[in-house]
Amino acid sequence: MNAAPSAAGAGYYGRPVLKAPVWKWEIPAYFFTGGLAGASATLALGARATGNPALRRGAAAAAAAAAALSPPLLIADLGRPARFANMWRVAKITSPMSVGTWVLTAFAPAAVGAAVCEWRGRLPRSARLLEVVAGGLGPVMATYTAVLLADTAVPAWHGARRQLPLVFASTAAASAGAAAALLTPACAAAPARRLVVLGVSGAVAASRAMDRTLGAQAVHHRSPEATAATVALVAGAGAVAFAGCRPRRRVVGVVGAALTLVGAALERVAVTQAGRRSALASR
Amino acid sequence: MKPDAANPAVGAGHVNPRPRMGFFTDTSVCIGCKACEVACKEWNQLPAGKLDFLAMSYDNTGALGASTWRHVAFVEQPTPAGGVRWLMSSDVCKHCTEAACLDVCPTGALFRTEFATVVVQPDVCNGCGYCVPACPFGVLDQRAGDGRVWKCTLCYDRLRDDQEPACAKACPTSSIQFGPLDELRARARHRVGAVRAAGEPAARLYGADAGDGVGGAGAFFLLLDEPAVYGLPADPTTSTRDLPSMWRAAAGAAAALAAATAAALLGGRR
Repeated sequence: MNAAPSAAGAGYYGRPVLKAPVWKWEIPAYFFTGGLAGASATLALGARATGNPALRRGAAAAAAAAAALSPPLLIADLGRPARFANMWRVAKITSPMSVGTWVLTAFAPAAVGAAVCEWRGRLPRSARLLEVVAGGLGPVMATYTAVLLADTAVPAWHGARRQLPLVFASTAAASAGAAAALLTPACAAAPARRLVVLGVSGAVAASRAMDRTLGAQAVHHRSPEATAATVALVAGAGAVAFAGCRPRRRVVGVVGAALTLVGAALERVAVTQAGRRSALASR
Repeated sequence: MKPDAANPAVGAGHVNPRPRMGFFTDTSVCIGCKACEVACKEWNQLPAGKLDFLAMSYDNTGALGASTWRHVAFVEQPTPAGGVRWLMSSDVCKHCTEAACLDVCPTGALFRTEFATVVVQPDVCNGCGYCVPACPFGVLDQRAGDGRVWKCTLCYDRLRDDQEPACAKACPTSSIQFGPLDELRARARHRVGAVRAAGEPAARLYGADAGDGVGGAGAFFLLLDEPAVYGLPADPTTSTRDLPSMWRAAAGAAAALAAATAAALLGGRR
């Protein structure tokens, strides 16, 4: 389509060998909300363990909101949304989507339930149990989607199978830190800001490692949305770190956290689109 | 007949598997009549495609898809003598021994039949689309307006009535041969030798090797040139083969996420 067909590489009338993924915008959107929810739930659990109730509430609220959004996104993308319950017919370790279905089935009600108990001030013991379930499953939520993409014939995904989970985990951490920083009084949110910086550093490093491993396929990961994601993540983390909890820099902190969230979402769009391009370029 | 352990139907849990059935598509005798495409459409009641002119020789079908389960490729190759050599090949789902589509299907809509073929159950498929990028041959696709994914069933309904698939039945030159896979493989090995000896030194079998990236195909081919010439991948591989290492990579990343969270929470403390 874009590259001039060479005699050797043109294949059959320049047609792709692979079919492009049929997933619509809801799937990268879910990669973002699922990662955000997972990493936020883990942050909330950690905030309880370290005695930071304000941060715990902020992170738990982010986890609940993102967890509540996730199933509708997945169902909306199905070719037959009314048949979403068929996902529960089987449990298959060979299907990352099946594994993810069951993880989300346990995670989403736990994350939402913990937050509801908290708001209503009811059932504190159940709330704590739900918090442990959601916080424990959080890292799985943030990484299984990378296996889901890697377990395909798409070269730009399958070739990145070693690094993709780290890319997703890092951006999830950055987004969870940013969301918690937005929802928590600034001076209680220092751990959230540190998580933003750690997450963005990890995402940049993992993306570079991914490009090196992919070799020629790395070209599909270069795009305006990938550049925008990196810029937003790095600028966002810088702003969040610069603002700290100084009241006079509050606006900078809020803008930085918002940029980080945008960057994390764009990163998932970029990775998804890279796969589409590499499938369409297959000969 | 005693079921052998190599039969994937046994691995799928069939206690009374039938012999593994498949296709041997001998492209050296394909005349490009497209009777297979038509017979498949008719028997399986597949919706008509858009009437289109693709400027791809006599191929106005384009590719396999949700409503195209046989696709005849037409290649016009210039010869050193200044003429044109015709390559024609009827493509189809490969019914892989290690089928990635079947592995990744989260609903169980895709299943291994007693004939060791791979079939989508249209009453179960919810159109999640995961099998589409999982297939290394680009066979499966979602049908627009329907939402579900469709592909060749190797005429599962006809097989259960001891009938051969519609495409093989319609093929006038026996380019499409249907039968027990071990018989087809033996016949193909003999045939490829004969074709080479008759002046086609590049003739080769494609998908007949159980040691290939998909564990061998249930539908394999005799080609006269490189697979890429026909739009077939040179080295198709089932992605699920790497699943253990992929889950390990994810576990490492999950642990790193937990560690980073702990570090962020404890980092400010002295």
